Amino acid sequence: MGIYLPIAEMSVNMLVLLAMGAAVGFLSGMFGVGGGFLITPLLIFYNIPPAIAVATGANQVIASSVSGSLAHFKRGTIDFKLGTVLLAGGVVGSSLGAVVFAFLRAYGQLDLIVSLLYVFFLGAVGGMMLIESVNAIRRSRGGAVASLKKSGQHNWIHRLPLKMRFRASKLFVSVIPVLGLGAAIGFLAAIMGVGGGFIMVPALIYLLKVPTNVVIGTSLFQIMFVTAYTTIVQATFNQTVDLVLALLLMIGGVAGAQYGAKVGQKLKGEQLRALLGALVMAVALRLAFDLFVAPGNVYLLSTPVGM
Amino acid sequence: MARRAIIPLLLTSLLGAPMPSLAQETIPESIQIGLSTDRVTITSDFSGAALTIFGAVDNPDPQISRQGGYDVIVVLEGPSAPVVVWRRARVLGVWVNAQSETFVNIPVSYSVATTKVLQDIAGQTSYRQLSLGASYLYLEPENREGDPARITEFTAALRARKLETGLYSENVGGVQFLSQTLFRATLNLPPNVPVGTHKARAFLFRGGVFIKETSANLAIVKAGFEQTVYRAAHDYSLLYGIFAVVLAMLVGWLGRIIFRRD
Repeated sequence: MGIYLPIAEMSVNMLVLLAMGAAVGFLSGMFGVGGGFLITPLLIFYNIPPAIAVATGANQVIASSVSGSLAHFKRGTIDFKLGTVLLAGGVVGSSLGAVVFAFLRAYGQLDLIVSLLYVFFLGAVGGMMLIESVNAIRRSRGGAVASLKKSGQHNWIHRLPLKMRFRASKLFVSVIPVLGLGAAIGFLAAIMGVGGGFIMVPALIYLLKVPTNVVIGTSLFQIMFVTAYTTIVQATFNQTVDLVLALLLMIGGVAGAQYGAKVGQKLKGEQLRALLGALVMAVALRLAFDLFVAPGNVYLLSTPVGM
Repeated sequence: MARRAIIPLLLTSLLGAPMPSLAQETIPESIQIGLSTDRVTITSDFSGAALTIFGAVDNPDPQISRQGGYDVIVVLEGPSAPVVVWRRARVLGVWVNAQSETFVNIPVSYSVATTKVLQDIAGQTSYRQLSLGASYLYLEPENREGDPARITEFTAALRARKLETGLYSENVGGVQFLSQTLFRATLNLPPNVPVGTHKARAFLFRGGVFIKETSANLAIVKAGFEQTVYRAAHDYSLLYGIFAVVLAMLVGWLGRIIFRRD
């Protein structure tokens, strides 16, 4: 079933987009990631112009993260205080990221930088999560209690000043690393056109030692606002948000997100981390393949910037 | 599922046929095309279309006509835009955009229909002079003083990419004579056809010699809803963005209510 996209100015298959949205929504609800890191490459792979894929992807992620957040809100697995502090840092970071984005685009190397960032971060995050979670699964099979929160274990992060208590996360840490983390992720997210959940989730788990079940809800809560901000910025300055495309992806996405959240609830924390790690690794490898393997065609057409 | 947008043409100039032979030598042949509409709308179910244009040859020589000596090439040329062609190369094992060449005034789309294979109609020189045909169309580099070998290479790459994406196409046999004077041309509008003013041009050849050209404008526009969305995105960007966010939140909330699984 063909449908014409008014902003992308091309005709696409409606069913493919609905299915794409549903698949990404499912994973999004399950892992607490917005799914931007999946939807953006998928759209580009489906020949949607990259600028439109990035902006519209962000718009779609709002819907699935609202849907997912509501599910977590009901379960009480959102730390609003932590989410708000992360968001404050995130807004600063993503504004800075948007400036760097425009700068790279003017030099014609944006695609390369974005691909390299994707491969590096997805590869590093996915690899670390896989190793850690597989070890945790092994340990729990061996009879030991699998827990990331070892009492009495403190790293340098816990010695910083301006401590704040995050009750829902059972956390008492300085706001500096929380704000910094939010800003760093916001910065990367703006350049890569994603909400940053796939970095946020492991960072909260491994750096701040937030319990896995709270991480997912909090991450979704935070992503909802970051992507709303990104959508408005992209729509205002680049006119690259395609409402028809976004709506198709959203409809598939919100349905998938509820089923995903349900499945995610049944899995243990370390299993969830292992699966997310594997998924992130798979996307990284797919993108690395394009970077390192000879392309089918060495020539590429693009429109000059600023015209 | 190519929708067929037929643009029948009003062609009143069939007067050529029964002319006395004396007049035939003095009045040269010419070509006419006319579009019944000057606008094609793209609706939400658009997935490419075949565009039919009718036309006629005026004052044809019946003898040449009978021998199939007349050939017609019809072109639908899309709006022009600058294009950057990148050549990728391996740097430290990674494929990067290494060299680029900018071209100006490149038709975004270029669809050709002919009576025969191009080589059988006229020589390459005529096509180059006329800038006619996907393979001969003149592609203007921004820097004309650049290395000629390099320009040739990038020009060929630009043509090849355009043909691969279906934006440039050639439909051999797409022009058929219905009578001695009347012809019908079928052109492809790809699913990603650009909106804007397109130019339909018809070229008449007699025995391999170019005789006459005619043209007509055709606007390809988005239909009501698509156009409204497009205009809203450009004229009221901020409001459009806020609307997109509110819509997404609404869909997310509704999705939660409809599909909730806990």
